[in-house]
Amino acid sequence: MNLSLAVFVSPHLVHLSPVDAVIIIFYFALVLAIGFYLKRRSNTSEDYFLAGREMTAWIAGLSFLSANLGALELMGWAGASYQYGILAAHWYWIGAIPAMLFLGLVMMPFYYISKTHSVPGYLKLRYGESSRALSAISFAFMTVLMSGINMYSMALVMKVVLGWDINFSILVSSITVAIYVGLGGLRSAIFNEVLQFVLIWAGALLIPVLGLIEAGGWNNLRLQVAHNASAEYTHLWSTLGSFQSNPMGIHWTGIVFGLGAVISFGYWTTDFLVVQRVLSAKDLRAAKMAPIIGAAFKMFVPLIVILPGLIGIAVLPMKLVGEGAAVGTGGHSYNEVLPLLLARYCGPGLLGLGVTALMAGFMSGMAGNVSAFSTVWTYDIYSALFHKNASDQQLVRMGRWSTIGGVAISIGTAYLVIQFLSIMDYVQALFSFFIAPLYGTVLLGMLWKRATAAGGFWGLLAGTTSSIAMWAWVKVDPSALRYVALSPYARDMAENMYRALWSCLVCVAVTVVVSLLTAPKPASELKGLVYGETEIPSEGELAFYQRPIFWAGVVAVALVAVNILFW
Amino acid sequence: MNSEGSVSIWFFIGISLAGNGLLILGAGLYQVAHPPAEPVVLFRLHANVWWGALLVLAGAAYCYHFRPGR
Repeated sequence: MNLSLAVFVSPHLVHLSPVDAVIIIFYFALVLAIGFYLKRRSNTSEDYFLAGREMTAWIAGLSFLSANLGALELMGWAGASYQYGILAAHWYWIGAIPAMLFLGLVMMPFYYISKTHSVPGYLKLRYGESSRALSAISFAFMTVLMSGINMYSMALVMKVVLGWDINFSILVSSITVAIYVGLGGLRSAIFNEVLQFVLIWAGALLIPVLGLIEAGGWNNLRLQVAHNASAEYTHLWSTLGSFQSNPMGIHWTGIVFGLGAVISFGYWTTDFLVVQRVLSAKDLRAAKMAPIIGAAFKMFVPLIVILPGLIGIAVLPMKLVGEGAAVGTGGHSYNEVLPLLLARYCGPGLLGLGVTALMAGFMSGMAGNVSAFSTVWTYDIYSALFHKNASDQQLVRMGRWSTIGGVAISIGTAYLVIQFLSIMDYVQALFSFFIAPLYGTVLLGMLWKRATAAGGFWGLLAGTTSSIAMWAWVKVDPSALRYVALSPYARDMAENMYRALWSCLVCVAVTVVVSLLTAPKPASELKGLVYGETEIPSEGELAFYQRPIFWAGVVAVALVAVNILFW
Repeated sequence: MNSEGSVSIWFFIGISLAGNGLLILGAGLYQVAHPPAEPVVLFRLHANVWWGALLVLAGAAYCYHFRPGR
């Protein structure tokens, strides 16, 4: 989600008691203790970058989900729910779950069997060095920038929510992340992500529970939302018939094809930040189950994100406003809805746990970025371009140094953002330029034997270039929105979705055309990489309830049910 | 994950839940005895007492089940 976080304008929202401070210190102590404890188990590159490939499906699955469940997500989407109503839940349901199931059932076998260390590593095996280099450099660049933006956002939130100094927040969080990821590598990042996942639920679940009690149950909540905002705010699909009939300014085609088919598949199946967690699974069945477990939990996340936004509409005495209006009037912005509810319901102790959950979310997001950056830098840039014969110990050493380097660059980015706030918007856009075309490239690589090295590289380049061109076109001439997003009424989110859709289609079209004009790879070089040339190991004599396909079916049925329930 | 000679992640989670639960429960009980001048909304439900107790129970169960050397 594109969050411009210059939104927190009011004096700090909550006041911590001594017991809250102890809970926060306890969290930091535990995180560092885990890092020091795991250092002794991070001696080889396989240990450091892939957590020894010994994670169970549950741990890999929760970590896979948790890497995405940062505090920016929680606060931003709760704010979006206050602003747009239950439509924001599309980003958790159709905008995530089909892609996660697809990753588990279809794509994971190729990632796992190829034994790649990274997504750019798969591109190298499938398409060659040039595609890997393009993908790795873009990913590394974007990842540290995103990490810096997360760091800045966390410091800003802590300043507004708690009144903490920005420099203090940046230094404490970055040093903590550098220590525990640097020492324990991916294993340490994963352990802390699972811990963060539990803390987020323990700290945030009380808000919807108490909110529903105060509102008088779900039916009364809907009535109050209809009274204070609009009855449309509690409908998922029935208002998406036209761009003007819903608060988001989006059409159902944008949600289904842009979000559901391209953006979410691009993010959940090719963004190495999340895919890396699944690559740490102990065997193929665990690797297939992990995204399915993640999808099952993803289904419930709207309880602690979307529902609080609706509760905010119903029970908060003040009207939250957009960022500009909040700055102008000294009021509260949409993105403050979660801290406001935290302060409303949570007394000493609970407040500390809620704040800890937010901090854990931020640090986990930063750790995810840094550990993914470290892996791609070490394997796909350093080892591929500068030191092809690096020993295992040299790789681990470079992994540790690149973790520290990644954190240092993130700190630099955070301070750059403080000076030039508009960078945030550009980086968010840059990130979206790359993910949608990459999905086209990876998917064709896995499912179409005829795709060639030249096709993959030029398709990826054309998709990324076309995405940048569309973005620049609308910046220069805003009326171009009617062509890029199919409507002059489309908002930013709708534009992002259609741009992703077109750039993915451009990538696929160019890959197909160039592939048909160039010589294919021999079938012997495609084994373990492409559907039709890869023997997927049998799952053996498993009962039906032990099979990934069964649980994927259960999650899919539940997804359909909730969409009908909130139609 | 709990390979030979290592402590399970779930044990760490148990410590976190039990520790936080104890602190929250303690703060809640103190507030029952000494109600604050400006209570939070729905203070009468004493959420920090029962939520803290739930976290202690869950944490203790995890610590016991995933204790090192089990």
